[in-house]
Amino acid sequence: MCLAVPGKITALDADAATATVNMLGVEQRASTCLIPTAQVGDYVLVHAGFGIQIVSAEEAEETLKLVADLTELVEDELPVADSDPAPASDPEPAAAGAR
Amino acid sequence: MTDTTVLLGHGSGGQMMKRLIDEMFLEAFGNPALNEGNDAGVAPLGAGADGEAGSAPVRIAMSTDSFVVTPQFFPGGNIGRLAVCGTVNDVATSGARVRYLSCGFILEEGYPMDKLRTICQSMADTAREAGVAIITGDTKVVERGGADGVYINTAGVGELPAGAELSGSNCRPGDKVLVSGTLGDHGIAIMSQREGLAFAAPIESDAAPLNHLIAAVMEAAPHVRCFRDPTRGGLASTLNEFAAASNVEIEISEEALPVRDAVRGACEMLGYDVLQVANEGKMVAVVPPEEADAALAAMRASRYGENAAVIGEILPLAEDASPRVRVRTPWGSARVLDMLVGEQLPRIC
Amino acid sequence: MNAPASTAAEEPLAPGTASASVPSPSAAPHAAPDLAAFRDPSRARELIAAINRTVEAAGRPINLMEVCGTHTVSIGRYGFRSVMPDGLKLLSGPGCPVCVTANADIDHAIALARMDGALIATFGDMVRVPGSTSSLAAEKAAGHDVRIVYSPLDALDLAAENPERQVIFMGVGFETTTPAIAACILEAEARDLPNFSVFSAHKMTPPALKAIADDPETRIDGFILPGHVSTITGLAPYRFLTEQYRTPGVVTGFEPVDILASVEWLCRMVARGEARIENAYQRGVSADGNPVARALVEQVFEPVDAAWRGLGTLPQSGLAIRPAFARFDAQARFEVPVEPTREPAGCRCGDVLRGALAPNRCPLFGRACTPEHPVGPCMVSTEGSCAAYFRYREEA
Repeated sequence: MCLAVPGKITALDADAATATVNMLGVEQRASTCLIPTAQVGDYVLVHAGFGIQIVSAEEAEETLKLVADLTELVEDELPVADSDPAPASDPEPAAAGAR
Repeated sequence: MTDTTVLLGHGSGGQMMKRLIDEMFLEAFGNPALNEGNDAGVAPLGAGADGEAGSAPVRIAMSTDSFVVTPQFFPGGNIGRLAVCGTVNDVATSGARVRYLSCGFILEEGYPMDKLRTICQSMADTAREAGVAIITGDTKVVERGGADGVYINTAGVGELPAGAELSGSNCRPGDKVLVSGTLGDHGIAIMSQREGLAFAAPIESDAAPLNHLIAAVMEAAPHVRCFRDPTRGGLASTLNEFAAASNVEIEISEEALPVRDAVRGACEMLGYDVLQVANEGKMVAVVPPEEADAALAAMRASRYGENAAVIGEILPLAEDASPRVRVRTPWGSARVLDMLVGEQLPRIC
Repeated sequence: MNAPASTAAEEPLAPGTASASVPSPSAAPHAAPDLAAFRDPSRARELIAAINRTVEAAGRPINLMEVCGTHTVSIGRYGFRSVMPDGLKLLSGPGCPVCVTANADIDHAIALARMDGALIATFGDMVRVPGSTSSLAAEKAAGHDVRIVYSPLDALDLAAENPERQVIFMGVGFETTTPAIAACILEAEARDLPNFSVFSAHKMTPPALKAIADDPETRIDGFILPGHVSTITGLAPYRFLTEQYRTPGVVTGFEPVDILASVEWLCRMVARGEARIENAYQRGVSADGNPVARALVEQVFEPVDAAWRGLGTLPQSGLAIRPAFARFDAQARFEVPVEPTREPAGCRCGDVLRGALAPNRCPLFGRACTPEHPVGPCMVSTEGSCAAYFRYREEA
């Protein structure tokens, strides 16, 4: 429910559990106590001064693949009268969501 | 107006301030020049000013602005530079050649002299750049606790070339809307100082005198309809003012708006709409469509105009519709853009 | 063609640029996630076309609801409703934590603000929300000390800097925010701060979803599930939607492509009569969420029944500070007179919050109630449904 902005950790103070995070050029201090495994170079979501999640480039790619599946013309999949039987291959995007 | 006391929102450049102006000030001392609602008042002087036959009066444009910004020193400038730029720009939007400024100081007891010296030097440098002279002034000192350090008021006077009839009420369907550069820089520079946001490369206020840029655009696009600097309330206020004055609809394209990445990032973090953030060195111009390319080229060739862009156009109003401003998204939808209501608050959740 | 993501890692991300090529799985360890791809206008347009096809083929009306204030604002700002097909309705639910805070709790916050020596620290959204007769903004104008903070950590600093004041942080928010507050209370304990406390009006999302699913007046076919709440909770708390109500849900991000992808995925499931909980915000949400954050919340807070504007009292839907941390609990520490609760006359926020009334159908909307002179919290809060509808209205 909340504004959390992604940024890159440019510096880390492990003892104080704080990081310097660069978000689109804005540099902020954020607590890392909720994401103790975060490293310099990681991209993180920052909310109310706390990092809450490490953001993964690979996972971003998963969503983009999902988007590609969703926008493929697959009219034969949908319950439409007069359509030909669906082909065997089915780009069902559900697999991407199961982890 | 139902408010019984003055609230901070009355000064923010949005709807509350408009109501105060309409219902308090215009109600008390309105007159044709003031009621136009443009940034500078235009009125005749000299022979013929009272309507005597056989004389063509000189027309002057006059404007005043008070500067109460805190912090007084910020990346990219200080209250002094703002004080000169703000008034120079307001007068210049009328199409007048700005000549003279007055300057009144209200100083707080205890304010450091060397800060005042820096402010005055900035004013001198900026006035020199703009080609104006500060020819009169006033000084007051108030006890500790008043004036928050220093308040400055400047007023400016310029002469209008014959035939220049710029006004926010001139916009016609088909006209193009231009902005001279990136949006939101000044407001974010100030807010980030206040909120303690640090930037990898600091965002600087864009405060700048734009009278030379305006002159260049007027030469390249002689039928320019109007200029305005989108200060408090941002581009949203300026465009809504034009729409109301001209009784039109204005549509701008989100993709066309020039905004620095760091400003975009700060707006996201602070929860601001960049279209409602103040600018101090930018100019909006509305020009006939056949002069848009020339106007854009003139802006881009001017100091402070390198990121100028055409951002939208004037549309006719549908029957029974009210004047409004809309923003078109990259995927074809459009949403209404209102003036700011009161103060912007940073949101989190 | 843009440079591959790994070499773009050092540059500030430029919104609106065309997407980079897909990096191989062996990309450099700190490859920048290609966030611009989620704002790509051509992907957005393709998804809008897909949604239109899917809904038309479905041949039945579809109602989707989002329950996250940031989704409310994003959907408004992107102007999506005007490009959705006629058969599809995007409803806003109880996603604004400030809006669902009961008047009695707001009155209690105001009573704390009036306490001698109190220094109220609050997120910006709480400040203008009206209680029965006042608001924190009005109390501030009347001379009480109310300060807006971006992070609860700022409130800790205020307490350390102002030892003679009682700093009270207004705890409003869902699961995204609660871990931060829990961490602050633990930090206050570690620093042994005698003058810091939290007024907790925190709430949890799944009970609200259940209340909506139970509501006979609203028929929701699918839920656009919150992004950052799910970052903390993971997907498990939503399973009851499919198991008990056969209603699908998709965890959704906040960029235009994120939201449109979820809408299309939900429409497909609804069209096929399928009910699953899916994750379309993989870069921000893992199936198990953030267990470290949840453990902190568990340590500091306990679930209690709580009153929600519009939904009534929902069992085990709020969070109270555990007795072990009572000295950081403003409700336990301070006895203040709270005025009798009065709801604003004619206000339909409750119905709006449960999706039974679209904001623009409220008789007060745009007339007696506007952002400039709001009647209820949904018009005041920057994430309120009414404020979003008003601000981003898409008159044809």
